[in-house]
Amino acid sequence: MNVASGRKTIIYLIFFSVGLIYLIRLFYLQCIDKSYQIAAENNVFRNVIEYPSRGLIYDRKGNLLVYNEPVYDLMIIPRQARDIDTAELCKLIGITHEEYDEKFRKANAYSPYRASIFEKQLSVEMYGTLQEKMYKFKGFFVQPRTLRKYPSPIAAHLFGYIGEVDTNITRKDPYYKDGDYIGKSGIEQGYETYLRGKRGVRVMMVDVFNREKGSYMNGKFDTASIAGENLTLSIDEQLQEYGEKLLQNKVGAVVAIDPSTGEILACVSSPSYDPNLLVGRARTKNYAGLLEDPLKPLFNRSLMAYYPPGSTFKLINDLIGEQEGVLFPNTTYYCDGGYHMGSITVKCDAVHGSLNLKSAIEHSCNTYHCYVFRSIVDQKKFRSTEEGYQNWRNHVLTFGIGKRLYSDLPHELKGNVPTVAYYDKYFGKGRWKSSTVVSLSIGQGELGITPLQMANTMCIIANKGYFYVPHIVRKIGDRVNPEPRFTKKNYTDVDSSYYNIVIDGMESVVETGTAAGSRIAGIRVCGKTGTAQNPHGKDHSLFVGFAPRENPKIAIGIMVENGGWGASWAAPIASLMIEKYLNDTIKRPELEKRMLEGVVIPKIYLDKMEAERKIKEQAEHAAGMTKSREDSLRAKRP
Amino acid sequence: MRDQKGILQNIDWLLVSLFLILMVMGWVNIYAAVYDDQHRSIFDLTQNYGKQTLWIAGALLIALMILIIDGKFYAAFSYPVYGIMLLLLISTFAFSRDVKGSYGWIDIGSFKLQPAEFAKFATNMALAKYLSSLDIRLQELKTRVISGLLVAIPAAIILFQNDTGSALVFGAFIFVLYREGLSGNILLMGFILVVLFVLALLVKKAVLFGVIGGIALLFFLLARKNRKNIMIIISGAFVAASLVFSVDYVYNNVLQAHQRTRIDVLLGKEVDLKGAGYNVNQSKIAIGSGGFLGKGFLNGTQTKYDFVPEQSTDFIFCTVGEEWGFMGSAVVILLFMALLYRIIFVAERQRSVYTRIYGYGVASIIFFHLMINIGMTIGLAPVIGIPLPFFSYGGSSLWSFTILLFIFIKLDAYRLQILR
Repeated sequence: MNVASGRKTIIYLIFFSVGLIYLIRLFYLQCIDKSYQIAAENNVFRNVIEYPSRGLIYDRKGNLLVYNEPVYDLMIIPRQARDIDTAELCKLIGITHEEYDEKFRKANAYSPYRASIFEKQLSVEMYGTLQEKMYKFKGFFVQPRTLRKYPSPIAAHLFGYIGEVDTNITRKDPYYKDGDYIGKSGIEQGYETYLRGKRGVRVMMVDVFNREKGSYMNGKFDTASIAGENLTLSIDEQLQEYGEKLLQNKVGAVVAIDPSTGEILACVSSPSYDPNLLVGRARTKNYAGLLEDPLKPLFNRSLMAYYPPGSTFKLINDLIGEQEGVLFPNTTYYCDGGYHMGSITVKCDAVHGSLNLKSAIEHSCNTYHCYVFRSIVDQKKFRSTEEGYQNWRNHVLTFGIGKRLYSDLPHELKGNVPTVAYYDKYFGKGRWKSSTVVSLSIGQGELGITPLQMANTMCIIANKGYFYVPHIVRKIGDRVNPEPRFTKKNYTDVDSSYYNIVIDGMESVVETGTAAGSRIAGIRVCGKTGTAQNPHGKDHSLFVGFAPRENPKIAIGIMVENGGWGASWAAPIASLMIEKYLNDTIKRPELEKRMLEGVVIPKIYLDKMEAERKIKEQAEHAAGMTKSREDSLRAKRP
Repeated sequence: MRDQKGILQNIDWLLVSLFLILMVMGWVNIYAAVYDDQHRSIFDLTQNYGKQTLWIAGALLIALMILIIDGKFYAAFSYPVYGIMLLLLISTFAFSRDVKGSYGWIDIGSFKLQPAEFAKFATNMALAKYLSSLDIRLQELKTRVISGLLVAIPAAIILFQNDTGSALVFGAFIFVLYREGLSGNILLMGFILVVLFVLALLVKKAVLFGVIGGIALLFFLLARKNRKNIMIIISGAFVAASLVFSVDYVYNNVLQAHQRTRIDVLLGKEVDLKGAGYNVNQSKIAIGSGGFLGKGFLNGTQTKYDFVPEQSTDFIFCTVGEEWGFMGSAVVILLFMALLYRIIFVAERQRSVYTRIYGYGVASIIFFHLMINIGMTIGLAPVIGIPLPFFSYGGSSLWSFTILLFIFIKLDAYRLQILR
């Protein structure tokens, strides 16, 4: 009996110890280790993101420039997709059977239970026909998204485009997840944080097959999406469109700014493209096509290209001379058809004889401005050329040249005003003089200015000494663009009293001088032509100006690559835009017609296009040869 | 009228109460596990809890019938019942359908019957009958062999039906044999065997041999005066070493692939949470996320949304853990412990050896199911698909446990009429 009782106890003990071990284990799992609770939440909660609609974009007059068009992503949950009539589905969404298999395989590899995009961005029309038959395709559903749409195909460079976010951004910025869209250039990039709005999240409960089972706690933890803010641009849609038309079949850029506010009225880079091309399913294909175009339509010349300003720069040189006290309205130099200094000669277009400041501007005399430059740099107060040049350069920089203006458009370049160090390196320290770099005075040499900066210098002259940082967004939602730099006056270090004589000269440029052909009856336009030598062929045609003289409303800078004289293309086009903006009607139809129909494709581009055409032809020819040889071989066979 | 009173007289109401409580709790958790808004009726026969309602009604009927039948019947008909059960088991080969890789089911109308479940009480009856015979001593080899065969034959047939889990349950009879006089060393050896098996899979062979050698040396130094002991120590070490050697063979050639992975998952060698380790991991998540007080009745997300597999049958304990928390889990374990202790207490008060042995058999089988079933949901036992007694959904299992338990309750109620 004793033995039996011992054995009973042992069996009791075995039962007891297993029970105890299990209780301890349960206590550990349920009360101590919290990781299982987190794992359970990960299992059952799915954050469903609600995408806000992106902000719309209007022009300064309230015309809609950019809006959203609904598109539909066809989604698939591979596990649920059974008995699909693939032939019918392929036909509806316009893909081949092979593509279907490939897409299905990809989606299945990502996850059989989770939804992934099967086909992106179906149009409303496609969705319409598909929707009626959706019931046939189990495991498929559509998810609405939006695409940008541009009612008139203008200002592609300004708007920029939207694309899927890069992984290096998703890694840094927790707002973005893979597959999200983000502004990639232009305003879409610069104002991304305003335009995108705020994503909403719904916390849903899902079962093991990822089927939604309802919202968690009646949506207590959900957040609603907030639509992006609308932008009102300073762009005038009509002026922008007109500028793009005038620059068609030409390569170049024009920027027009309201000098009293710094608001950009038009910003054209030619050739441009239809912004609707870089939207939707055909985007990749179209982008590649634009990328291959030798005329580089994707390149925004108004901000990202800098050119020698040519004679347009003389104005700034003169203002600096006045400020330095070495140039006065009655200062006279003699032009014998060029400026000579030792071995250096800077040719002039004509023998101008004796000129004062105003007539030197009117006739764009090179000789006169070379003298002015030397008189600035070689002042007695400076101990060396370097010091004199540095002083001149500092003045130039205050005109917003050689540094970024920090407008609200991304990818703006700073242009180039060569430094002392650059010349020291190029010529050797102490081995260059004012005469060595004298071509700077007429806007040649290493000088580089973007069309935006050109227009901005005109704002400075129109305002007699200051500018507002050029910008393109007037209002964000209902608020005026809050950026303080856009309402701050940036002064040059030339006193306002010195501008009048230069402006007098500019007015006579248009009245009787180099741009007399671009006179507009009834509008006092002040301007300056430029004809810039460049290593790429024919001279660039340039013009800068503002109007009307009293109370200026528009300042403009334009550049037509390899257009020859400033008066041939740049000045007339600028005058037409000024007329359009101020009068709204063009009273010079002859000139307008000539400008609209003119073709100025630089030779280097034509050569490139010709070369590409030849290569293509040869390839086709070669293919044809091979084929005919094969054919003949085949024919020889018995 | 006297008969009726006689039936219900002397019944151990504590056992009956525990049985009823566990069965109702089981039903509640099955209801929670498969609950959804569309099917609210508790008699909805398309849902598991609706069917379980029928099974419970059937179980109560069976319990009543067992109590009505004369207590003399069970001991007397132990062998015939055992024989019929063996025939039924064999006949499943002819009639059965393939259910999840095992062949142990017979279709009766729309319901399926699993004879393996019923083989447990039949074997228990036969073993009790044999061991309660006069002049039986477990110290004799013949007795050991015969009682071993009584257990091993149905187990082997079930093993052939590819129902390894149910076959393993028959190992639980070792407790019965131990109680009836089998040397404790065999129980100990069984335990050492399991430990060695696990260690052989986890630890490098060389290390294990070293440890065995070390232990042998220790014993040798302690008992060097006794020649006989030295021989035992040497042969023991030899057996242990060869066992370790054979583990690899058994593991790779005897066990099936899914059994190997289940063992790997348990030992933490396999951590593929989406593949082989999925079930156990999801089960632990469900139980672990319950916390101390649980998420509340019908609020379990893991079980309700099907993250846990087999949630109303083998993994029913997950619903308990998730919705009722540690408190609920502890109550269930304590109730089972109470049941086991009561069975053994009742078994020990018997004058009839047959009843006592039968009682131990009942306790052993329930204990084995409890240990494996709950153990696998909390990652302490390999995944062996056997139900939680009275709890899990399923007619065969509920009825067989009801029969198993109520024969014992009847035998106990009948004890006063036995003179010995």
